[in-house]
Amino acid sequence: MSDHKPVLNKGGTLSAEASHEPGKWNWRSYRIELDSSKKGSAWWIPIVSVLLALVVCGIFIAANGMNPFPVYKKMFTGAFGTSYGLTETLVKTIPLLLCGLGVAIAYRISVWNIGAEGQFAAGAMAATAVTIYFPNMPGILVIPAMIVFSIAAGGIWGLLTAIPRTYFQVNELVTSLMLNYVALLAMDYFVFGPWKDPKGMNFPGTPMFTDAQSLPVLGDTRLHLGLLFGLIAIVLYGFFIKYTRWGYELRLIGANSEAAKNAGIRISRHILLVMLISGGLAGLAGMAEVSGVTHRLMYGISPGYGYTAIIVAWLAKLHPIGLVVSSFLFGGLIVGGYSVQTIGLPSSISEMLQGAILFFLIAGGTVSKFRLRRIR
Amino acid sequence: MEIVYQMLLAAISSGTPLLFATLGGILIERSGIIQLGAEGLMLMGAVTACLTFLQTGSLPITLLAVCGISILLGAVHAFLSVTLRANQIVCGLAMTLFGAGLSAYLGKPISGLPVPGAVPKLDMPWLEAVPFAGRIFAHLDVLTWFSFLLVIGLHLFIHRTSWGLHLRAMGDNPATADVMGIRVQAFRYGYIVVGSILIGLAGADLLLVYSPTWTEGMISGRGWIAVALIIFARWNPIRALLCAYFFGALDMLGFRIQLIGSEIPSYFLKMIPYIVTILVLMFLGWRNRNKPSGSPESLGTPYVREQRF
Repeated sequence: MSDHKPVLNKGGTLSAEASHEPGKWNWRSYRIELDSSKKGSAWWIPIVSVLLALVVCGIFIAANGMNPFPVYKKMFTGAFGTSYGLTETLVKTIPLLLCGLGVAIAYRISVWNIGAEGQFAAGAMAATAVTIYFPNMPGILVIPAMIVFSIAAGGIWGLLTAIPRTYFQVNELVTSLMLNYVALLAMDYFVFGPWKDPKGMNFPGTPMFTDAQSLPVLGDTRLHLGLLFGLIAIVLYGFFIKYTRWGYELRLIGANSEAAKNAGIRISRHILLVMLISGGLAGLAGMAEVSGVTHRLMYGISPGYGYTAIIVAWLAKLHPIGLVVSSFLFGGLIVGGYSVQTIGLPSSISEMLQGAILFFLIAGGTVSKFRLRRIR
Repeated sequence: MEIVYQMLLAAISSGTPLLFATLGGILIERSGIIQLGAEGLMLMGAVTACLTFLQTGSLPITLLAVCGISILLGAVHAFLSVTLRANQIVCGLAMTLFGAGLSAYLGKPISGLPVPGAVPKLDMPWLEAVPFAGRIFAHLDVLTWFSFLLVIGLHLFIHRTSWGLHLRAMGDNPATADVMGIRVQAFRYGYIVVGSILIGLAGADLLLVYSPTWTEGMISGRGWIAVALIIFARWNPIRALLCAYFFGALDMLGFRIQLIGSEIPSYFLKMIPYIVTILVLMFLGWRNRNKPSGSPESLGTPYVREQRF
């Protein structure tokens, strides 16, 4: 072949593969490579991830002998189609938003807090403790006291993860997860034991809260004031991360912890504070759930909000507005999961979808950094 | 004497699932890949074992099915962490969450059904003549014996063979291993898949031997305890055996105290393994504050030729 000549490339290297005819597609003349100069990931990744997860889980649903399309339609209309479904979705959005924001702050500095579930339970228990031990507190003080105690309890639960991490170099993933089980067992102890409603006919739950102990709701719906807590927290997060020195330091640690350390930032102090806030937000979510939705502490109060929050944070890429959108989406997914139970499917479809979405998000996060390069 | 004997047997039976999962994790992490998806893999192993055993009633087919599912999930983990070089921590989290959801979905129809005596015991009455130790080993099941062999096999493999040397090399310094002519990417794929099989078997063992009924989320944190055990065991199979039995004993301890009829509510007794995990990790962190932890040096960093991270 006469055109099989080596050609000098732009970079000065010789390439023997330069002989392909121009314009004719040949897979040998392309190479997939990682472009490390690309930072972040493309905007379309979350959307494509959700769609691909729907496809994968559709295969599992089909393997079970069901047509996935009506199932998904049922989930969608159940979550967003009716005004009841929509308010239920918003009700589920509240704990996801608060917990998701909590873990997002920790993930900013690569502290892998997966303990939101336990911090949520700690907050719910603390809020309930106020109603149990101070039943005659003046009405105007009750809600603020519940808020303060729940944030403190969640924050302390978060610190139990942060202290081993900073002073004993213990992997925070293991600690925070172990503490989830401890908190949930403690909650079981209270609702089955000392706090059980004596008039509840053995139902594992505390007595119902009074009106003064419940968060105000919007009209006749179940939508409660907790949504406002979530939105305020999001605005504060956006502001602090972007415009304050503290936020700048967090971003610096997240980008390059070694550089941050050399710049004189005390990383361990940041980890402690961030875990305090992260746990506090999840604790607040627990308070909002018992005071705004269930009006009592009861067995199985969280359908895994703390774990869903992890995916909420990743889908949002830790961005404040993204957090609002993705927690709304996952709130809908939980409600949609409940609605398929009416056609005889387990609600764990929504958990399966959540896991699949996270898989595709991770894959997408790096896939978008690869590029197809033509070798000339 | 009788109590010690009972405790040891209990520690072995509840520690064997932990042992399988820890050994699988050691194999994966020695090759330089962080393995945090053990919880999800164990759940999938357990639900697969329950489904296939109830369908077929045959142990070999059940174990093959568990291997098949674990290979698939392991390949996904390998593709994400080796080929795509994704964040391995989040990868493991995704595996945990996906495994939890999928196993709950698949296991819904069989939830609560009993799985009768699936794993045959190797009865060796002549062993009882050996004082003390003989009685423990005389009536163990097949999977437990397999775990003993695995510990010895893996120890010899990692520390006494050239393949084991290559495994340690690619975990400590993949670039050097590559220069030596070891195909780092391919071997990492292989070790992730083999390790995932062991972790899947851990779930199967828990379901078939230890608590023979599928319930949603039945692993209840054992996958994460196995992650902690890898650290306690300093990535060494022999130590893994001791650590797994120690935690197996702790797991049973609460149950035993309850049987004696103590006043402590069972919820607090069930917290023991979780709290001890944290305390032991803290103790190790304090004791090893100025020493290397024994972890593979390149744990968690993806490797690709000609690329610096």
